[in-house]
Amino acid sequence: MLALVAAHLALAGLLPLLSARSHRAAFLVGALLPAGALVWGLANAARALGDGVTETTSWAPALGLSFSFRLDALGLVMLVLVAGLGALILAYSAWYFGPDSPEAARSAALLLAFAGAMLGLVLADDLLTLYVFWELTSIASFLLVGQGGEDRASRRAAVQALLVTVFGGLAMLLGFVLLGEAAGTYRISELLAEPPRGPMVGAALVLVLIGAFTKSAQLPFHPWLPAAMVAPTPVSAYLHAASMVQAGVYLVARLSPAFAGLALWWVPVVVAGLGTMLVGGWHALHETDLKRLLAFGTVSQLGFLMVLFGGGGRFGDVTALAGMAMLLAHGLFKASLFLVVGILDKRAGGRDVRELSGVGRALPGLAVMSVLATASMAGLPPLLGFVGKEAAFEAFLDGGGTPGLLIALGLLAGSVLTVAYSARFLWGAFASKPGVAAAQPQRPEAGLTVPAWLPALGGLALGLAYPLVDTLARGYAAAYPPTGAEYHLALWHGPGLPLLFSALAVALGAGLHRLREPVTAMHRRLRTPVSAQRAYELTVAGVERVAVLVTGRIQVGSLPTYLAVILTAVLLLPGTALVLGTTLPDEQVLYHAPMQVPLGVFVLIAALGLVRARRRFTAVLLVGVIGYGIGGLFVVDGAPDLALAQFLVETLTLVVFVLVLRRLPAHFREARSPRRVALPKALIAIAGGAMVASSAVVVSGARQQAVSDVSREYIRLAPEGAGAYNVVNAILVDFRALDTVGEITVLLIAAAGTASLVLATRYDRHRAERVISGSGGPEHEEEVLG
Amino acid sequence: MITINLSMALVVGALYAVGFYLLLQRSLMRVLLGIVVIGHGANLLLQLAGGPPGRAPIVGDAPPEAMTDPLPQALALTAIVITFALTTFLLALGYRSWVLLGHDEVQDDIEDRRVARRQRPAGAMEEESDAEPEQRAGADQ
Repeated sequence: MLALVAAHLALAGLLPLLSARSHRAAFLVGALLPAGALVWGLANAARALGDGVTETTSWAPALGLSFSFRLDALGLVMLVLVAGLGALILAYSAWYFGPDSPEAARSAALLLAFAGAMLGLVLADDLLTLYVFWELTSIASFLLVGQGGEDRASRRAAVQALLVTVFGGLAMLLGFVLLGEAAGTYRISELLAEPPRGPMVGAALVLVLIGAFTKSAQLPFHPWLPAAMVAPTPVSAYLHAASMVQAGVYLVARLSPAFAGLALWWVPVVVAGLGTMLVGGWHALHETDLKRLLAFGTVSQLGFLMVLFGGGGRFGDVTALAGMAMLLAHGLFKASLFLVVGILDKRAGGRDVRELSGVGRALPGLAVMSVLATASMAGLPPLLGFVGKEAAFEAFLDGGGTPGLLIALGLLAGSVLTVAYSARFLWGAFASKPGVAAAQPQRPEAGLTVPAWLPALGGLALGLAYPLVDTLARGYAAAYPPTGAEYHLALWHGPGLPLLFSALAVALGAGLHRLREPVTAMHRRLRTPVSAQRAYELTVAGVERVAVLVTGRIQVGSLPTYLAVILTAVLLLPGTALVLGTTLPDEQVLYHAPMQVPLGVFVLIAALGLVRARRRFTAVLLVGVIGYGIGGLFVVDGAPDLALAQFLVETLTLVVFVLVLRRLPAHFREARSPRRVALPKALIAIAGGAMVASSAVVVSGARQQAVSDVSREYIRLAPEGAGAYNVVNAILVDFRALDTVGEITVLLIAAAGTASLVLATRYDRHRAERVISGSGGPEHEEEVLG
Repeated sequence: MITINLSMALVVGALYAVGFYLLLQRSLMRVLLGIVVIGHGANLLLQLAGGPPGRAPIVGDAPPEAMTDPLPQALALTAIVITFALTTFLLALGYRSWVLLGHDEVQDDIEDRRVARRQRPAGAMEEESDAEPEQRAGADQ
């Protein structure tokens, strides 16, 4: 299975090469792989419905990470949607994108890469594997919605989709880690076999649900989905209707058998799902853009699916049966309808309800196909949507008690809206409207119509072949507690409450569609300033404002301030540890050698003079005095080599400084700082010095003997090993020669840097009292190259 | 237990304090002198950490017990030379800055000041969300 996923990603990388020759060929070649995945899935269907097909590839064994895959009944349904619809939509894209379309090459590669990621997501049997593919689909969605990034609406929609889904994804990752740690395993199948319990699991589930809700556009995260409709229609059909947005539902369905008994799990899912179903349906009733109408319809249907899968543990296995049927049905009819909108957009000149008229008469075939698909959406027999809806009503009405009845009534209201916007879609797309010029659509090619027909026919075929769907759904629903009576998905269960509900939904929905004008007027009146979209915008703007505020406070742009902050941190952290964690050694000596005192005083006076020096030359000389004083201290300490080096280096430094000082003004130019600035600086500096001094005393107390063991060995080895009697020399040029080589390298680099900085002056050009660096300029090149 | 004696601790502390103070100034030259002074303090500290004064670590000149520890001396020697390299490089940088800018002061980053004065980001998102209400109204009709 990893090979299958990897093949998608690899071929996606190669497709641009083919696109350079022919876009159409690239899409068609791309379509072959998902088709192959579908064939592989169907060939393994029997095993998937039995024990499941598993595969594990070790990834980072030391960390316990592996790519684990498993194909079972739920995975198979998703695979049919992802791979089957993927192949159809890629083939459709071959005709949708024109030969000169700038988006075609990118879309072909990205769609195929997305198909691979989505396949990985639905086959993953490991929480972390699932997470990786989950985020890959978010990224693919971002790139496909954003397209070339030239259009502001696309950019905005892409960023919104990415921010919302990745925010959810990160919450979900946190949830996965909590869940995995609580269970002791990240394997989903093991997790389902022995569900963990405890307070940590509660937190984990809430986080996982945030991920599922954002991905599946549930309230209040739903606005990103309609906004994403700026993407090309095949992208909307595939990512934002049939596969990616179902990932959240899939995740809930995947984990529900283990957690559905917990109120913490099923109550939020059912409440958010019902709310989303109603809000989405309500908005869909008023959209004039057919794509946005369908997008709100998708939001609504995803809410419906959430209710079905979330309620499984509480209301028994029939909800799961209904969920599986609806999952399949929704993917099929929604993909088909989106492809129809794409055809209208390309061949009938638009997708606005107010401008399309008479298309049904001109393109009767397309109209018939759309009726087939919308009928499944509205839940009319004998289509798969009807089978699913019947089961849904049955599940909550039969033995669900009062909560079941309430949910069923909510679903009924949602279904009424669904029927109404289904009718609105057909009316908007195909009806002849008075006062609107009839469209003169071109006849669409078979390459566009066939991929749209197939899922629509699939909905009909599976509705008629309901026992097949029943077997598939049972493979998944077996994980739930059984409801009393055995229930099978079927077209006819005899008269009863569910049938009444279905009939009511159709009748009321049709009535709602007839009253569309007063209803739209009411919708306009009800529009509130509070909306989820506005909330998203305010959140993003708020975060940006806080970022500016924080940056402005922290990054003030003043080097002395930064240094002061660093020094204060040094004082506060190690300083506190020093004060609280250590004690001064008992025996303190004022001096070890009498000569240390006059030399120390000499250095101190020079240092204090340095602070007050206003002339550059004085300051440099005082630094030299300090250096020589320290050289004297080295002599007293019994370190003649150090003293020698110190005297030499100090002299050289003085010479270099004097060479530079010739060019600089005699005095420091900066104005004397006011007390307000100077005093804190002095305080920080004095506190820093005090801390260094006291830590020097405390830390040097760690030394127990005058000459350490390491040095004893060096002293012993120096004459015989290095042939040297000066031990310091032996260490530098023999025992630790590599260090010395490093030191020489530093010297060389510094010398090269210094030389280039000084020599750059030769190429400077003077223009109106300003010096312009000439290195890299044409004159410089001329001089160097001759 | 052998600790640094108090007078030397005072010298090291004073060198660091003077160095820190100079580092906090705005003249590049004084900042550089601050680095040099801190370097002196650090080198002295390295040597002092090797124990109390003694005879030079030269075999044959003194018995090993009377010697000072040679290892910190070797380290301090390396440090002295590298401080020198750093000093010359920084001096050249300061000089270059003086040649190009006409002064050798550390100035505040103007861009950072601009950010601090700004109330809201100049990013595209903010701009777009302002345009949003009309857009949405258009879509709802």
